[in-house]
Amino acid sequence: MTMNHLLRGHAPLSDAGWQQLDEEARERLAPALGARKLVDFSGPLGWQHSATNLGRVSALADPPAEGVSGLRREVLPLVELRADFALSREEMRDADRGAADPDLDPLDDAAREIALAENVAVFHGWRGAIAGIAERAPYDALALGEKAQGYPRQIAGAVEKLLCEGIGGPYGIALGREQYRLVVETAENGGYPLLDHLRKILEGPIVWTPGVRGAVVVSLRGGDFLFESGQDLSIGYDSHDAEVIRLYLQESFSFRVATPEAAVALTP
Amino acid sequence: MGFDQYHEPPEELPASTRTFARLCASLTEEAEAIGWYQQRLAVETDADAIAVMRDAQGEEFKHFSMDLELLLRRTPPWREVAEGILFQPGDVVERGEEAEAETFEGGGEGSAGAYADGSLGIGSLRGR
Repeated sequence: MTMNHLLRGHAPLSDAGWQQLDEEARERLAPALGARKLVDFSGPLGWQHSATNLGRVSALADPPAEGVSGLRREVLPLVELRADFALSREEMRDADRGAADPDLDPLDDAAREIALAENVAVFHGWRGAIAGIAERAPYDALALGEKAQGYPRQIAGAVEKLLCEGIGGPYGIALGREQYRLVVETAENGGYPLLDHLRKILEGPIVWTPGVRGAVVVSLRGGDFLFESGQDLSIGYDSHDAEVIRLYLQESFSFRVATPEAAVALTP
Repeated sequence: MGFDQYHEPPEELPASTRTFARLCASLTEEAEAIGWYQQRLAVETDADAIAVMRDAQGEEFKHFSMDLELLLRRTPPWREVAEGILFQPGDVVERGEEAEAETFEGGGEGSAGAYADGSLGIGSLRGR
């Protein structure tokens, strides 16, 4: 068997143990990776992929000889996210014996953390590395208000702003945890679920997106928000001793906003 | 000179794919030559001619194996399938089915992960 940079083959885990960890991670990550439900995803292009081609150049002064000019290609470096966690070796041995409830909480916590970090980077940016959708949006942010009954008006206003700019739909919305809870639990006058009303306005998904502050309405027409994956989310091996196995969740990616006008941020 | 090894317009193919296609074409040619020598040897009665052709066929064995090894080195999933089949005892078809399942359906060694790059294979979640 070949082994890559994740060094999984060095971990004191059975094949069944690894499969259980991978499955647990997938189950925990998929619901929380809200950004991936709303932006264009390309890749994965591999761990060695280090930068996204922007197709742009900058001028270079003082060329090395007369009669020539110089340009430098501009690229967007990929970032790496890593969330470390440690599992009890005793728990994993019990899992191999058939225990149905091994303690995988540290993995679950790491999955929650890295999913949240990805969402925050995409929607609110990562200083010096990524410009997020909400911070690039050129419109004045609308306030959602404290009561969910006011959400349809504000979200319809956001959609209308996008239409005015010629940004077609369908549209989707990333909702922060509190805002999502309010939407799900609220029924409007006459008992009509707010969730259904918002779906009709947006013609697209309403996405639970931990890490988002307030909400962000985005066009789903494609080509506006570009997530480029290097190494997609993976579990790697770090070290172990007699008591614990130290592992990590890791990914590399770049994110760029091609059309800032294709999103409207709504503050809490 | 023909360019039949390309199924798509060569100018649209990356250099690595063109090299891959050339190696595949070479592999095919070596296998054909092995088969031709096998037929000639089956009908030849002249001992000297048989010796020469047997030596020539041995060269083709070497060429075929070198082509195959290079292709496998550069194509990890192919290599993984081949490792489950080549030089393994037992039923060839059974080994093939198992190797395919282990490589592409996540039934292999857990430490290798279900996907060739060791990732969780989550990718895009649009529409999910």
